[in-house]
Amino acid sequence: MKVLVPVKRVIDYNVKVRVKADGSGIDLANVKMAMNPFDEIAVEEAIRLREAGIATEVVAVSCGTTACQETLRTAMALGADRAVLIESDAELQPLAVAKLLKALADKETPQLVILGKQAIDDDSNQTGQMLAALLGWPQATFASKVVIAAGRATVTREIDGGLETLDLPLPAVITTDLRLNEPRYATLPNIMKAKKKPLDVVKPVDLGVDVTPRLATLKVVEPPRRQAGVKVADVAELVSKLKNEAKVIA
Amino acid sequence: MSILVIAEHDNAGLKAATLNTVTAAAKIGGEIHLLVAGSGCAGAAQAAAQLAGVTKVLVADAPHYAGQIAENEAALIVANAPGHTHILAPATSHGKNTLPRVAALLDVAQISEIVAVESPDTFVRPIYAGNALATVKSADAVKVITVRTTAFDAAGQGGSAAIENIAAGPDLGLSKLVGREMTKSTRPELGAAKVIVSGGRGLASGENYHTLLEPLADKLNAALGASRAAVDAGFVPNDYQVGQTGKIVAPQLYIAIGISGAIQHLAGMKDSKVIVAINKDPEAPIFQVADYGLVGDLFQIVPELTAAL
Repeated sequence: MKVLVPVKRVIDYNVKVRVKADGSGIDLANVKMAMNPFDEIAVEEAIRLREAGIATEVVAVSCGTTACQETLRTAMALGADRAVLIESDAELQPLAVAKLLKALADKETPQLVILGKQAIDDDSNQTGQMLAALLGWPQATFASKVVIAAGRATVTREIDGGLETLDLPLPAVITTDLRLNEPRYATLPNIMKAKKKPLDVVKPVDLGVDVTPRLATLKVVEPPRRQAGVKVADVAELVSKLKNEAKVIA
Repeated sequence: MSILVIAEHDNAGLKAATLNTVTAAAKIGGEIHLLVAGSGCAGAAQAAAQLAGVTKVLVADAPHYAGQIAENEAALIVANAPGHTHILAPATSHGKNTLPRVAALLDVAQISEIVAVESPDTFVRPIYAGNALATVKSADAVKVITVRTTAFDAAGQGGSAAIENIAAGPDLGLSKLVGREMTKSTRPELGAAKVIVSGGRGLASGENYHTLLEPLADKLNAALGASRAAVDAGFVPNDYQVGQTGKIVAPQLYIAIGISGAIQHLAGMKDSKVIVAINKDPEAPIFQVADYGLVGDLFQIVPELTAAL
């Protein structure tokens, strides 16, 4: 079984985000970039499936600029067998990415596509669901446990108020939540090996996909900043403030 | 303009998130139709008809909508999309699961988790864990939108919409619901609670979390929440998590206990009206957003606070 793992290059989750002064977006110049943390979890899950003898090949794919090759090398250092970059300098919104991945999935015919539930930059939480829709496949989003057996996936999902378990026929799309696994670190020998693994580059036009954005970003601003309040000395002062000043308790 | 709102419900009644979504729809303007898809969902449909501002309730009642599976529900929504300029659902785990599937089938973008309506085609949404607000304008004929419920008030009662039964779509038979394991609680729902008592790594164990925070939550009639660290450490189940990728909350009072305040956590609670932080580290980032900070040993402070209320 082949597993396709889409990964996105995003701002590192530890970096403090700064809005550009002209309100056109986020300042990404000289900012540390990394693989979207949810996609790291997806890569890890795919590698574990291969290590368990369930998957035979793990193919990482990324859509974006040539810099995404770095993210794909990371995926291969973690254990992906090969990678495909769908290279574009254009702004790629979730629907466009889903269409690119759909076109690639048609060529690669994986039994499973596993990817992060959301990217920590645009926080859209759309691509996996859109891809499943375009392929006409079942979907299991926000996965915290995945069991693959006999051509089916049993997926435990994190939902409001608890957990839900779905049974899906393969091929299927799964999106990962935080507690699915703890991704490994790439070792130096594996980072070296990853440099020699195959990385193909294709363009959206090769896949016949129109990636024109549907949403125009008119402006990006900082949210109103919350003022730090006061430190209180003890519980008595806290209770008094909550009752008399904030009036949030009776 | 005509807006189709996807109701969040448990067949017997509506979930609170639906009410906030109706208010967002009212801000866009135009007729509001509520779609209730379920099995034995007459109760939810009745409740939907009484919401102020709703003109029509569309009900699809069939066994294969019982599990509210994304594939079947998305197909139903798409079949009922014609005639609507906007399709809205709350940004709950259910809405986030289903609506992007609808958008892709309609070949339109989705606008996720809007917090404000500027005009019928322009909306504000948080990005980068709420560290920036983007104003986006949609060029699509149909706007498919999820709504951050904490950003809109609940719609009132007093409506009397017509209830119309619509044809169910086919059972696509793609995924099957095996079961649900819901956290049992008699407390208010995290997303709708007026007061939230939330605990983090500082509590050191699940046992401490329960022995210290539950009596305090009882006194305040509060919901219980947690940071990612507390959930990852197994103190409490996943659905307690407040943050960028967990629940987004905005109660009247949020009490953060033993939570340092990573930006991912702040993203989920910084719109609370009043924030109290109790932490032994005076430099913890949580104090930068707290209205009232108390530096000290939570194992001493929390029982004292519970006793003082």
